[in-house]
Amino acid sequence: MTPLLEIRDLRAEIAGRKILNGLDLRVDAGETHAIMGPNGAGKSTLSYVLAGKPGYEITGGEILFKGEDLLAMAPDERAAKGVFLAFQYPLEIPGVATVTFLRAALNAQRRKRGQEELSSPDLLKRVREIAKKLGIDPEMLRRPLNVGFSGGEKKRNETLQMALLEPLLCVLDETDSGLDIDALKIVANGVNALRSAERGMIVITHYQRLLDYIVPDIVHVLAAGRIVRTGGKELALELEATGYAQYQNEAA
Amino acid sequence: MAAVQETVERVRSVDVEQYKYGFETVIESDKAPKGLSEDTVRFISAKKNEPAWMLEWRLQAYRRWLTMTEPKWARVNYPGIDYQDLYFYSAPKKKEIGSLDELDPEILKTYEKLGIPLREVEMLEGVVRPEGERRIAVDAVFDSVSVATTFQKELKQAGVIFMPISEAIREHPDLVKKYLGTVVPTSDNYFATLNSAVFSDGSFVYVPPGVRCPMELSTYFRINERNTGQFERTLIIADKGAYVSYLEGCTAPQRDENQLHAAVVELVTLDDAEIKYSTVQNWYPGNSEGVGGIYNFVTKRGDCRGNNSKISWTQVETGSAITWKYPSCILRGDNSRGEFYSIAISNGHQQVDSGTKMIHLGKNTTSRIISKGIAAGVSQNTYRGLVTAHRKATGARNFTACDSLLIGDKCGAHTVPYIEVKNSSALFEHEATTSKISEDVLFYCVQRGLSQEEAVGLVVNGFVKDVLQQLPMEFAVEAQKLISISLEGSVG
Repeated sequence: MTPLLEIRDLRAEIAGRKILNGLDLRVDAGETHAIMGPNGAGKSTLSYVLAGKPGYEITGGEILFKGEDLLAMAPDERAAKGVFLAFQYPLEIPGVATVTFLRAALNAQRRKRGQEELSSPDLLKRVREIAKKLGIDPEMLRRPLNVGFSGGEKKRNETLQMALLEPLLCVLDETDSGLDIDALKIVANGVNALRSAERGMIVITHYQRLLDYIVPDIVHVLAAGRIVRTGGKELALELEATGYAQYQNEAA
Repeated sequence: MAAVQETVERVRSVDVEQYKYGFETVIESDKAPKGLSEDTVRFISAKKNEPAWMLEWRLQAYRRWLTMTEPKWARVNYPGIDYQDLYFYSAPKKKEIGSLDELDPEILKTYEKLGIPLREVEMLEGVVRPEGERRIAVDAVFDSVSVATTFQKELKQAGVIFMPISEAIREHPDLVKKYLGTVVPTSDNYFATLNSAVFSDGSFVYVPPGVRCPMELSTYFRINERNTGQFERTLIIADKGAYVSYLEGCTAPQRDENQLHAAVVELVTLDDAEIKYSTVQNWYPGNSEGVGGIYNFVTKRGDCRGNNSKISWTQVETGSAITWKYPSCILRGDNSRGEFYSIAISNGHQQVDSGTKMIHLGKNTTSRIISKGIAAGVSQNTYRGLVTAHRKATGARNFTACDSLLIGDKCGAHTVPYIEVKNSSALFEHEATTSKISEDVLFYCVQRGLSQEEAVGLVVNGFVKDVLQQLPMEFAVEAQKLISISLEGSVG
C-alpha cells in the first residue's frame, strides 16, 4: 500500500542555515506519530516545509504524499489535497469574521477539487455542529478570526478548522503551548475525535504532557534535523525521565 | 519574503487591462468647439437655454479662473493640462426625448452593460417585493448631459425634486439661486472655479421639510467622448428635518490620453436634516505603464447649516490615474455632525491624494473620520485631512483614524493630518497606523486552501470593513467586488 506520507533524506535550510539534515519519516493512514525533540531540532521547520511555507530552501530529498511529489505543489494545492497544519501561533485577521474565513477556506478547497461550493446555510449548520462538539461558543464564530482570542480559544479554533476541512494529514505544531490543562483536554478530545483509518497525524511537541491525551502509535526523536530514534508510546515517557541531552550529544 | 516578492513580480507583469468598464459607446455627439474662452461658456449656457443670471454667474467664474493658477500642493505628479486642447461640452446627438424608449439604444445598452437600471420596474398589483430589495432612482449623466432620470413621478408625489441641474435652473430658479455656490463659492479653488464656468450637467435634489426621501437617489456618471472634460455639478438640499441617501458611481472607457473630471458637489442640511452621500469611484485608472486614465479633481463639500443636522460622506475610491478629492463638512449649526468614511485603493501607477476637512464652527459639533488607504504596485496613496475648531466651537469633538495598508514594497502611503484648535474646550483625537500585509497571515490563509489572491482580498476586505458597513447594502456588495477587482492587479 502506498504510504500516506513518505519523507526521504529531506534536507532544508533557511537563509543559508541548515535545519533538516537527511530526515526520513513514513506515516501510514490511520497512524498517529509524535515527533519530539529539543528546541532548535527542526520540529517547526518540518511542519512548515510540509505545508510549503515560503522562505525554506529544499536542498535535497523528497516528500511523497499519497505517492505524489508534495514539494512540487503550491501551498494552497497541498491544502486542497488534504495537508493541514495546526499552527503553534495561529494568525489574527482583523475585520474577517471566523465564519467568513471558514467559508472562504472550505469553498476554496472545494473549488480546487472540482467540487461544488457549500451554501452558506449548509456551511453554517456544519460549523455549528462541530463548534458544539468542541465546546466553542457560537458567538466566537462571529468574532474576527483569532483577534482577542485566548490561547485556548485559538487552539480550539485550529481544531475547528481541522474538523471542518477534513484533511488526510494533520500536522499539529506544539498544539499544547500556551494551554492550561482544561483547554488541553478539550483540544485533545477534538483531535482524538478526528483520528480515523484514512487519516494520519503528526503531533509535534516538546513535552510528554500532550501525549497523555493524544496517545501516539509511534514516537520519534528529532535532533539536529534528523530522526535519531523511533519507538512506541513508552519512548515519550522515557524522554520525560531522561531529557534530550543524550540526543543532542549524539547529533553533535 | 517570497510571497511579497511574488506579489511584486506579479504587479510588474500584470497589465492593468482588467478594467471592466473600458468599452466605448459609438454614438454621434454634439460638441462645443475645442478650447476654452468666453465663447465656450456662452455656448454651453445657450445649449442649456439658461437664464441671463446663470450666464453671468458662469462668466464671473470664468474671469476669476483666468487669474488663478493650478494648485501644486498635493502629492501628485502630472504634466500640465492644456485647457485649449479639451472639449468642454459633449452631448449625445438627439432630439428632445419624452421617454426612455426614445433614448438612443446605444446609450441604454451602455448603462445596461454597466449594470445600471434605467428602466423602472413596474410594480405589479399584489406582487410583493422580496425583502431587502430596494428601488433606486437613477440620474444617468453621459459626458456632459443627463440622459435619463428615473422614478421622477413617484418622487414628485413625496415632494422630492430630483432632476438634472440644467432643468432645475429653468424650473426651480429660486431654489438654485438660493443655494448654488453657497457651499463651494465660485472663487473657491482652481478646479471648482473652472467647474463653475463650464459645468454642463449634474443632479439637483431638494427634499422638503420633514420628508424622508422614499428611495435611494443615485447618479451614474459616464465619460465617453475622447478629449472631453466632464464638469458636473451636484446640489443637494435637505430642508428642515429631511433625510436623503444619495449614491454616485462613475466609469469611463479605456483611452491612452488623460481625461479631466472636475466636479463640484454641494450639500446643504438645514435644522435636524441629514444627508448621506456615498460614492463608488471607478474611473479608468490608466494602463500598467501609467498611460491614460482620468484626472479626478473634485471639490465636494457639505454645509451643516442648521442645528442638529448631519452630513455623512462615504467613498470607495478605486479608479482614476490621479485623485484629488477632499469631501468636507462645515459644521455651522450647533450640535451638527460630520462623518467621513473612506476606502482609497491605488494600484499600478495611480496617485491618490484624498481626505477631508471638518470645520467646527458651531457649539457641541462632532465629527468622525475613518480613512483606509491601500497602496499596491508603484502607486502613491496620501491621506490629507484638516480638522479645525473655531473660536466659538465650544465642546467640539473629533475622532480620526487613518489606517494604511501596503502591498509590495514599491508603493507609498502618506498621512498628512492638520489639526487647528482655537477653542480650549475642543477635544480632537487622532490615530494612525501603517502596516504591510503580513507574510505570515497570507501563508496562514494559503495553508487553509485560499490562493494568494484570495488571501489578499480577504485580508483587505477585513481591513476596510468598518467603512464598507457604512455603505447602503447594494453598494456595499458592489464595492466589495470592486475592491477584489482593483487588487487583481496587485497579486496576479
